[in-house]
Amino acid sequence: MAEVPVEKTLKDVPVGASCVVKKLTGTGAVKRRIMDMGLTKGTRVTVRKVAPLGDPIELTVRGYELSIRKDEAARVEVEDA
Amino acid sequence: MAREKLNIALAGNPNCGKTTLFNELTGSNGYVGNWPGVTVEKLEAPLKADPDVVLTDLPGIYSLSPYSPEEVVSRDYLVKTRPDAVIDLVDGTNLERNLYLTTQVLECGTPSVVGLNMADVLAKRGDTIDLSALSARLGVPVVEISALRGTNVDALVDAAVKAGEDGASREPMHWFSSTVEGALDEIADIISPKVADPATLRWFSIKAFERDEEALSALNLSEGEQSAVEAIVSAVEDELDDDSESIITTERYDWIEGVVDECVQKAPAKLSTSEKIDRVITNRILGLPIFAAIMIFVYYVSVSTVGTIGTDWANDGVFGDGWFLSPASAAAYDEAAGAYADEDYPTQLDAFLAAAGDAGLDTSEVLGAIEDGDTAEIEAFAGEAEAAGVVAEDVPWLDADGNYLDTEGNVVLVDANDEPMLAAGQELATHDPITATEFLSAVNAEEPIPGEYGWFVPGVPVVIGEWLESAGASPVVQSLVLDGIVGGVGSILGFVPQMIVLFLLLCFLEDCGYMSRVAFVMDRAFRRFGLSGKSFIPMLISSGCGVPGVMATKTIENERDRRMTIMLTTMIPCGAKLPIISLLMGALIGGIEGWWIAPLFYLLGVACVIISAIMLKKTRPFAGEPAPFVMELPDYHLPALKSYLLHVWERVWAFISKAGTIIFVACVGVWFLSNFGIAGWEGGSGAFGFLPEMADAPANAMDYSVLAGVGSAIAWIFAPLGFDNWQAAASSLSALIAKENLVSTFGVLYGLGEVGEGSTVLWASFAQMFTTAGVVHLGAMFAFVAFNMLDAPCFAAVGTIRRQMDSSRWFWFAIAYECAFGWVVGLIINQLWEFFALGNFGFWTIVALAALVAMLYQLFKPMPKYGESAGEQAPMGEVA
Repeated sequence: MAEVPVEKTLKDVPVGASCVVKKLTGTGAVKRRIMDMGLTKGTRVTVRKVAPLGDPIELTVRGYELSIRKDEAARVEVEDA
Repeated sequence: MAREKLNIALAGNPNCGKTTLFNELTGSNGYVGNWPGVTVEKLEAPLKADPDVVLTDLPGIYSLSPYSPEEVVSRDYLVKTRPDAVIDLVDGTNLERNLYLTTQVLECGTPSVVGLNMADVLAKRGDTIDLSALSARLGVPVVEISALRGTNVDALVDAAVKAGEDGASREPMHWFSSTVEGALDEIADIISPKVADPATLRWFSIKAFERDEEALSALNLSEGEQSAVEAIVSAVEDELDDDSESIITTERYDWIEGVVDECVQKAPAKLSTSEKIDRVITNRILGLPIFAAIMIFVYYVSVSTVGTIGTDWANDGVFGDGWFLSPASAAAYDEAAGAYADEDYPTQLDAFLAAAGDAGLDTSEVLGAIEDGDTAEIEAFAGEAEAAGVVAEDVPWLDADGNYLDTEGNVVLVDANDEPMLAAGQELATHDPITATEFLSAVNAEEPIPGEYGWFVPGVPVVIGEWLESAGASPVVQSLVLDGIVGGVGSILGFVPQMIVLFLLLCFLEDCGYMSRVAFVMDRAFRRFGLSGKSFIPMLISSGCGVPGVMATKTIENERDRRMTIMLTTMIPCGAKLPIISLLMGALIGGIEGWWIAPLFYLLGVACVIISAIMLKKTRPFAGEPAPFVMELPDYHLPALKSYLLHVWERVWAFISKAGTIIFVACVGVWFLSNFGIAGWEGGSGAFGFLPEMADAPANAMDYSVLAGVGSAIAWIFAPLGFDNWQAAASSLSALIAKENLVSTFGVLYGLGEVGEGSTVLWASFAQMFTTAGVVHLGAMFAFVAFNMLDAPCFAAVGTIRRQMDSSRWFWFAIAYECAFGWVVGLIINQLWEFFALGNFGFWTIVALAALVAMLYQLFKPMPKYGESAGEQAPMGEVA
């Protein structure tokens, strides 16, 4: 699975904006963990805020608040809602 | 009753109210242990209502994936151990994500019921959930409860007991798309001969589809079966253009979305209280100041005010001389004791007796008389002395530490011969000429007795000491009980009040939901050192005391981060290390003017933590990807009082019970070492025994103790650090009981008696120890202090580390690392100073430089790759 760098990821979504998960890249524990927390294909996500030091970010997904590092957010490909 | 015991497991997400329900149902007289092979806590207790039913609390988890130890022990319990029934607790306010675990729990094939928690919050929000529809879709009973208020929990248990007694396995629901379900059926046909319990066939089929090696290892599939399964899975992956694990996860959530749409009527959403709070608390600008304010508050209350009062009360009062019930009596006593000390009677007494001796009077009789309080004899002596015209003049006035004072009341430093060193124009404070009258008043001046100031409760050692004395116990037994056992146990229990204060605060922050915000706010700052944002709290608390500091690591879930924090947090200088720093300041510049030295050692502590973290991060046990930080920020809520207090108590009790044993044994051990030895002094019997009670034991009897022997035997280890005398080694050893012991042992070993870190004579001896041929080896002095700051902490903290690591291998690794690191830092400080300041070069200079280079290399080299460590827990397995 070759990564296409131009894909928009969750990391690029500005605070306050919403998007829909298109695909998750990567494998293993981190990917499974992200999916287990509800970020699966087709899920609507809102970026709520960025932590005071610039990382991690806070999302609203499936009705609850989830915090995720930017590194991990970069594995989530998204499209506009 | 004829029926057998029933095992019911309690499963659910973190923060879904599981612990509250567990406490509600069991009264929490449970057993706390560990799941086999991992340091995940296992809670088990019989039901309050029916002791034949045992409830097992599974860890709070989001999924049953093979990637975290919590999830693996949970699924092993559900699939391999197989409870009779499962209660799956679901947070009704967060149904979608909670049902995700539910679907996986139901697949395990154990009779289950779903408890829908937070019914009261739902009702308040105006949301309604169609229970019968939800129950029909899940295929199991659903009971609405409120764990917090205890509403309907009996109905939930009844349903679970009924399900368990029936034992009937039900047809599992099919939540996946027809393509996947078709594949699962085919897989089931292939693997069914290998699955012993038909109820788990669905579970294993799905795991086979997910290629979950961890689960499948139990089946021992043949190669043919494996490739047949693989063919089916690959075909579905090609058709759906995704990997099998993602397909299962996505379809699971898709199915849940459908269920939630059908069963839940949501009231129009408004901004929740939690969101309003978070707007401020994790705000980009206010987040850090609020965090700092909360931390300062926790530190202030638990370390510097209430906690210290508690610890002082326990250490100096309950396990010391005693304590006053009323502050007024305490103040009155303090004033009287201070006034008594100011008069410096012992010096006056000694000086007068010396003068009398010089005048040719025999003072040996009167010494005994003073001891026995024989007034007639003393007065007779005074009359004799007066007749002989004995007057002691120019007697220097000493303060409570035995220091010389000048006429301004300042402490005067002493030289290597303990003579006062006066600056130009400075004069020693002296007593007025001491005549027989002053002598008599000095003899008759009575040291205030606390018991006479009302409301005084004698300390435990005092009471036990009196009891032992009246029971006629031998001095060895008295010393063992008082110094060894009461001293040892007291050092543990002395921390309990502080521990309670600390955990009242920390458990509140944890239970109300702030702790996950701490991780959110601080994550970035700590991640670069391989630590977690939650490492900050233990380190802050360690600057007061390492024991609660190490205990505070409890809030770090990630095992690797937790272990690293436990190892490093005691490098921050704690309160008990301050006397050692004071001693150094005194020796260096004669007093508190060296304000920069204490901050220097805090800085050294912080630097050592960071350096160690970066270096350790690149070693195999700690290597690997940083733990994923995909973390729920749960809603804020006030914790239920009962659960909260139980939580606090559990933490405090864990400390007392587990840390207690090691501290106890170690204290008795060091007591033995320092009190037993061979009477090898001149005129000594040469026999081995209890030194203080031996005939004609000299004041420095400790020089002949086993401790001194051990000190000499290991002194060579410290030669490269510049302190190869056995006193330094022995006092470092005794500092393990309590770090401040270093100073008092030092005083005893140098024959100065019980002196404090404020004594100028002690400063001079300390400086003397590092002076050879007139050259002061400052590097060695700093190395000695640095080593004692960084090496293994006191036994109380060591015991806590043992308890928190919960693995003897990790425990010894931590202690060995701390000692080795302290040694290397001491080596570098001493050798570099010798080289650059004094121009001494030798073999150890090369070693020190090599150590420095190795450290720098380890600090700056890139992160090594340790093979294919896909799962972040994989490298841990090799060490744990």
